Amino acid sequence: MPRPAKKDNITIRLLNPKKSSGNFSFPVEGFVAAGFPSPAGDYMDKELDLKELLVRNESSTFFVQVCGNSMVDAGINDGDILVVDKSLDPRDDSILVCFVDGEFTVKRVSKIDGALYLIPANPQFKPIKIDESADFRLWGVVTYMIHKFR
Amino acid sequence: MFALVDANNFYVSCEKVFAPWLEGKPVVVLSNNDGCVISRSDEAKALGFKMGEPVFREKGLVEKSGTTLFSSNYTLYGDLSNRMMKLLGDFSPEVEVYSIDEAFLDLRGIKTSLQEYALRIKDTIRKNIGIPVGVGIGKTKTLAKIANHIAKKQNGIFIIDTERLRDWALRNTPVEEVWGIGRQYAKKLSSMGIRSAYDFTLLNSNWIRKNMSVVGLRTKEELLGCSCIPLEMMMPAKKNIATTRAFGKKLTDIRIISEALATHAVRCAEKLRKQKSNARFVTVFIHSDPFSANEKYIYKTYTVTLPVASNTNVDIVKAALSGLRRIYQQGILYKKTGVIVTELSDESCVQENLFEEGNNPGLKKITKVADLINRRFGRDKIKLAIQGNNKEWKLRQEKLSPRYTTCWNELLKVKA
Repeated sequence: MPRPAKKDNITIRLLNPKKSSGNFSFPVEGFVAAGFPSPAGDYMDKELDLKELLVRNESSTFFVQVCGNSMVDAGINDGDILVVDKSLDPRDDSILVCFVDGEFTVKRVSKIDGALYLIPANPQFKPIKIDESADFRLWGVVTYMIHKFR
Repeated sequence: MFALVDANNFYVSCEKVFAPWLEGKPVVVLSNNDGCVISRSDEAKALGFKMGEPVFREKGLVEKSGTTLFSSNYTLYGDLSNRMMKLLGDFSPEVEVYSIDEAFLDLRGIKTSLQEYALRIKDTIRKNIGIPVGVGIGKTKTLAKIANHIAKKQNGIFIIDTERLRDWALRNTPVEEVWGIGRQYAKKLSSMGIRSAYDFTLLNSNWIRKNMSVVGLRTKEELLGCSCIPLEMMMPAKKNIATTRAFGKKLTDIRIISEALATHAVRCAEKLRKQKSNARFVTVFIHSDPFSANEKYIYKTYTVTLPVASNTNVDIVKAALSGLRRIYQQGILYKKTGVIVTELSDESCVQENLFEEGNNPGLKKITKVADLINRRFGRDKIKLAIQGNNKEWKLRQEKLSPRYTTCWNELLKVKA
């Protein structure tokens, strides 16, 4: 049943709209009744939540920030934020956050002729071979990247 | 079966998640205001750093050994603790969070071998969060605690699943390490020649009940393998709440001390609102430096009774400051002040006072709005004027690590 409209007088008072800068708003006095209930009411879904998409495993997901440009060809730029899941196992071609020779770094991992390499995505940088002598530790697997355009 | 999962050197381990280069090195986390040692890596333990010791006494040792010091970063530790507890929830439908770094799990109905399961818990927490833990398993919570103790000295896992192992574990556990036996009782027991948990189980039950109440009796039953302490799934509301902090430097001006105390009182009020409690008593204390060689140690405390139990910032701060005015003396170099609220009651049932005005409903509303604003825009964006702006009393946190997990501006930097 549609709700009967209220009979109250509705006055809309503009409060000197010129003065407000940008988007201008005005208060509404009285009660604005909708004639029909929204037909979309029955189809209401919850809002899209980016976190739901970016974070699959909440307890093991961390955000880190990129500095440097060894991964630009993979679309990873200086200042970007990476979503890192520590629970995942790396696959060939995974992009990893790891700890190598005293610093955190982000690189693509690849197995070449049975040996593991960290491969930068920028021809100006050299691949790093991971052998026993390297102080290497996997920290997490990168699942998403967040890049700011403006 | 119950498991007790307990993180190793938790605060130090939290720092190491974001500083892997400290693996194998001595690391120490300091209490508020960078005063005392509150967490040590195994290497720092081996060097002789003692829990609770003021670190300035060990200055020489810190420098000589190259020990890394951290100010306590509770924001970080709290976040990693939440992650750990959440992950433990995947291993058992019933988890009792016992403290920031330990939890009991109910393992009834686990089909795989307990050894395997314990190993999986340990490995998963290590991998997914980066925190090393020990897992102890036993038929009762008390035995799980004992197993955890032993696990710490072994490779992180110990399971008491046979009579023979239980017997061995009890004989090798000093009585003062048994969960539920306080230091006072331990002293008494050891004077009677009761040294191990095993000795304790031989005591006559009537004697225990008479001398150590029903708690002692329960402990004996639990040690014998008869479970009588169930998991507590709901965190019981705290019976009292305290916020106390040392000043960054010694203070004597009551105006500045008031700012610090007002801020502590607001924190207390926030904690009260979070657990939906009102407080009736507000206790204030203030003291000088207990470690000072040339000043007399002065400790004063005063309790203010609120006319009507409350949890608004204004009420708690007002009470705290009126208490402070009673105990403050001019000319003393103060080191620390704090607020403790007690006689807590449920927020929803307020006992009104017949002769005095009840809680001001407007105040409640203002507090609510201020909470909303502060939650959205950051702590203390809206505050009482008395909390002040000059942070002369601010904590010393010279070695604070970034809030890697809770602050966009402080994320871990990775080189590309």
